[in-house]
Amino acid sequence: MNETIIEVNNLVKKFKHSFAVNNLNFKLKKGTILGLLGPNGCGKTTTLGMLLGLIKPTSGTVLIDGKDIENEKNRTSLLEKINFISPYIELPKKLTVRENLMVYGRMYGVKNLKDKISDLMQNLNLSEFKNRKTGELSSGQKNRVSLAKALVNDPEILLLDEPTASLDPDVGDYIRTYIEDFAKKKNKTILLASHNMNEVERLCNEVMMMKKGEIIDKGTINSLIDKHGRKNLEETFLKIVRE
Amino acid sequence: MKLHRMYALSIRHLYLIKGSFPRILDLIYWPTIQIILWGFISQFFTMYSDYYNNTIGVILSCAILYDFLFRSSISFNMLFLEEIWSRNFTNLFVAPLKVSEIITALTATALLRTLIGIIPAIILMSPLFGVSLFQMGPALFLLFLSLYLFGTTLGLLVTSGLLRFGPAFENTAWSSLFLLAPLGCVYYPLSILPEWLQILAKGLPLVYIFEEARSILVNNVVNYSNIISALVLNLIYFTSAIAIFYLAFSGARKKGTLINVGE
Repeated sequence: MNETIIEVNNLVKKFKHSFAVNNLNFKLKKGTILGLLGPNGCGKTTTLGMLLGLIKPTSGTVLIDGKDIENEKNRTSLLEKINFISPYIELPKKLTVRENLMVYGRMYGVKNLKDKISDLMQNLNLSEFKNRKTGELSSGQKNRVSLAKALVNDPEILLLDEPTASLDPDVGDYIRTYIEDFAKKKNKTILLASHNMNEVERLCNEVMMMKKGEIIDKGTINSLIDKHGRKNLEETFLKIVRE
Repeated sequence: MKLHRMYALSIRHLYLIKGSFPRILDLIYWPTIQIILWGFISQFFTMYSDYYNNTIGVILSCAILYDFLFRSSISFNMLFLEEIWSRNFTNLFVAPLKVSEIITALTATALLRTLIGIIPAIILMSPLFGVSLFQMGPALFLLFLSLYLFGTTLGLLVTSGLLRFGPAFENTAWSSLFLLAPLGCVYYPLSILPEWLQILAKGLPLVYIFEEARSILVNNVVNYSNIISALVLNLIYFTSAIAIFYLAFSGARKKGTLINVGE
């Protein structure tokens, strides 16, 4: 429980003349669910991108399990333990649900893939759609397929960029419950970028607030609420970002 | 009908054109290429109307060979574009895939896609026009190999542009081959080009491939020096294109475009 799984040191990303991320430092222990909060454009997605090795940092290091993700030799083996979900990316629409999961399962080298897919479909109520084209599904169903894809490799680290954005409350709650169970039962590490304060309060045991590419505060949810003398996380967030 | 609404819709597209050099180039590109290509073809037939005894066989064989090149390049580009259109692009790059694995998988799948398209056309040539590509003998395999390597090279260069500049580079995917058609001497011999263009054309493997195809079809002579020249040039271009793809991937990571591919 105490081993550090993510370590970010002096991380900087500069695009042309502005800093998207400026001198980020944090460590995450295995089993932590960290909420990454901040206004639009504060550098949350850029941070996730650097953790995934999708964006090259201007300087600084991202260590996953003690290994630098920028090292090409480490990158592939580290990505086998990570997965990502975002409302801004989709799975191929013309492939069926089962075909999509087969493709990504093979890409991640999942063993007993058919059983794994069958379990995921059952747990995420996707069995009845397995032969339907992904593009024909509703946004709630598509979101569940994306979550199935993100869990197909049983990732040690799950990066979630606004996982319930644009979902109705019922589907949103279903996804949150599933993620909560997945993290707690299997001691998985989750980094959740979200604007939904209720979601963050429910899922996360730690929160990191960002503004203009920098960490402006971090701690447990209760410690931040107490520190800033507010009633809940939303009021605390508003106070911090408006200061 | 309100003018201001129509104007608004028009300037939405004009803004897009104004802000994108590849889009402006695309508008100018097609008419220019068509005029150059058909200008040379017309000039050739005006000057040497008795050149071919077997005009239909030579033209059709060259057309099929050129189509094979076109399809192998477009197939490579299409596989990449499909990921952008379906917004699946980022999923691929967060998966544990090496760049070398992406290139190999696309190259192999593009070949399969090309063969599905071209085999029926080759089979139809014989009953419809009495022309068989197989009369070119074993050299045909080497010509196809050369064309496939060059098609993949162009595919790699276009996808490098897509990686680096995003979907604005998409039109280049469709038009890259037409730029080379006039210089590649697909339907006429190298000698028809002005001398200064001949120097440029000799830098392309296409010239050697199509000169050789005509040599086999018209004179029944296989000139292996042409085939070797094409293969050597192809290997140089193919290796360079792989290096450019790696550079584009690195550039895209620096620019952050792998996580946000859009208009």
